[in-house]
Amino acid sequence: MSHQQPRPALDHLEITAGNGLLHRRAFLTSGATLAAAITGYTLSETAAAQQLTDAPWSTKAGIPIPEYATPSSFEKHVVRTLTNPKGEPRTQHARTPHHLLNGTFTPNGLHFVISHSGAPDIDPAQHRLVIHGLVKRPLEFTLDALGRYPMQSRMAFVECGGNSAPLFSNEPMKTGVQTLHGLVSCAEWTGVMLSTLLEEAGIDSRAKWLIAEGADSLALSRSVPLSKALDDAMIALYQNGERLMPGNGYPMRLLLPGWEGNMNVKWLRRIKLVDQPGMSYYEARTYAPILPNGKAYQFYFLQEVKSFITHPSPELKMSGAGFYEISGVAYSANGRIAKVMVTADGGKTWAEGALQDPVLPKAFTRFRLPWKWDGGPAVLQSRAWDEAGNVQPTRAEVIARRGQTKTPITNPAAFPSQHYNGPTSWAVSQSGEITHVYA
Amino acid sequence: MSMRSALIALALAMLAGSYAHVFAQDSPHLGKAISEADVAAWDISILPDGTGLPAGSGTPEQGSTVFAAKCAVCHGENGKGASAAALVGGQPLTSGIETAKTISNFWPYATTLFDFTRRAMPWPRPRSLTNDEVYALTAFILAQNKIIGAGDVMNAQTLPKVRMPNRDGFIPRFPERIP
Repeated sequence: MSHQQPRPALDHLEITAGNGLLHRRAFLTSGATLAAAITGYTLSETAAAQQLTDAPWSTKAGIPIPEYATPSSFEKHVVRTLTNPKGEPRTQHARTPHHLLNGTFTPNGLHFVISHSGAPDIDPAQHRLVIHGLVKRPLEFTLDALGRYPMQSRMAFVECGGNSAPLFSNEPMKTGVQTLHGLVSCAEWTGVMLSTLLEEAGIDSRAKWLIAEGADSLALSRSVPLSKALDDAMIALYQNGERLMPGNGYPMRLLLPGWEGNMNVKWLRRIKLVDQPGMSYYEARTYAPILPNGKAYQFYFLQEVKSFITHPSPELKMSGAGFYEISGVAYSANGRIAKVMVTADGGKTWAEGALQDPVLPKAFTRFRLPWKWDGGPAVLQSRAWDEAGNVQPTRAEVIARRGQTKTPITNPAAFPSQHYNGPTSWAVSQSGEITHVYA
Repeated sequence: MSMRSALIALALAMLAGSYAHVFAQDSPHLGKAISEADVAAWDISILPDGTGLPAGSGTPEQGSTVFAAKCAVCHGENGKGASAAALVGGQPLTSGIETAKTISNFWPYATTLFDFTRRAMPWPRPRSLTNDEVYALTAFILAQNKIIGAGDVMNAQTLPKVRMPNRDGFIPRFPERIP
């Protein structure tokens, strides 16, 4: 609709890079009248303008307000995708629909979950956290006791080590951002700093690692260097202000900001200080990616700098040529995002995206860039830099170091490797369809 | 914490350098003392050097019987694979980055096999196996993979000495972060 209306105010805007990328502040400096001209991404065709009348919902009292709100009935499609909804004896994945969200934190009901044996139904009154091993005083904590400690809140992304793994496929994937990148989310976590509890227990000088273990049926365990535990590790009790979701570790989880999701042990019940890593199943086997020479990386702790465009992306449709906002998320285990560059011509020319304040370390940073789509073919891609000077590698750089599959991945939920942090490219066709490509 | 012990802690923290900030956050000291004996039922951590391995033992032959009764339903006859992963065999890791990781082609430590079997298996009834059964299953699977002999006994002394074929196949991704 609106793209057919006259927009004289837009015509003078400076094109910053090829295929219609505008300066990141173009809208900010051109006045509020432009806002009305921005068209959104749609899941269906927009209706033609017509004379306004009162809708039925405006002429009677609305539905009662519930005790615990759920989204509008018109938002029922905004859900996670599940790989194992019946909980058969294998891993379950629930992926975040990034293309249907905006901002920087993930609502709790849409936060990604991977569980290898479901979510234990833990009675918080009976749950205990034990800290023992190479400590001077083994200690036991109830949830009530932890609730009396000084707490901190911080934004932090949590990303599965296998997120984005289909991009190791030697051919592009016929799928969208939810499948490719749905195993990362970002929340505000509130809890007790682990360093406080370790200090109370008294660290034996021989301790170098800790082994964290969950109360789930697999008693999932991971080894964590003590230096990380004493840096910014948290026993998280709240997620976006409310208690943790069952799938995210209720009533408490280990939060290791920026580090591999599996290490952020959920349903945390035991921390043992030790002098060597335990070489648990998940660190010795699962999250140790095979390299082209047949060796394998071990202890791939960090989720390195990455970005991807959420709008536009496959499963959304462009509603005609004209103005759009390109946006996406960027994050790094190595601190704050410093810069995000965006291309609309497959990497020939680039424009710098605006970063949404506040830019926080080890958290999602939303980047945005106005785009004047001329209705022709375009290839969109983003690349991020973090404050430590790390740059998101090109796909060619990732593949040179890490390899790719010999045959195309047909199951988009498969994990041919882990820790892919290269870019993601979206091709926009003349008809407004968006597909994944390599560029 | 008394003032004196707080001062000692502070002095130790300053000596420890990077750990100094640990003591910046005051603790209300609400943790309840618990003895290692009272943690014992939860303490199932096994380290690669054998620390934590319990008493008990098992042979491949004993493991074969346990496997048929409790494991083959998912892992297939003699561990050849069914609804759950194969536990025997494996392709060379140079076959590609997506090569299936197996006990024989990938796992660096035999202790991991004991640890994971004891804590997580069988999937429907974890931690229902006796320590003898776990030793026997570990022996059976290692023997099926020809990593130990058919007559070898696995126990707290022998298991950590088993050298897995891919023991040296790993590169720390961030060596500067390994303590």
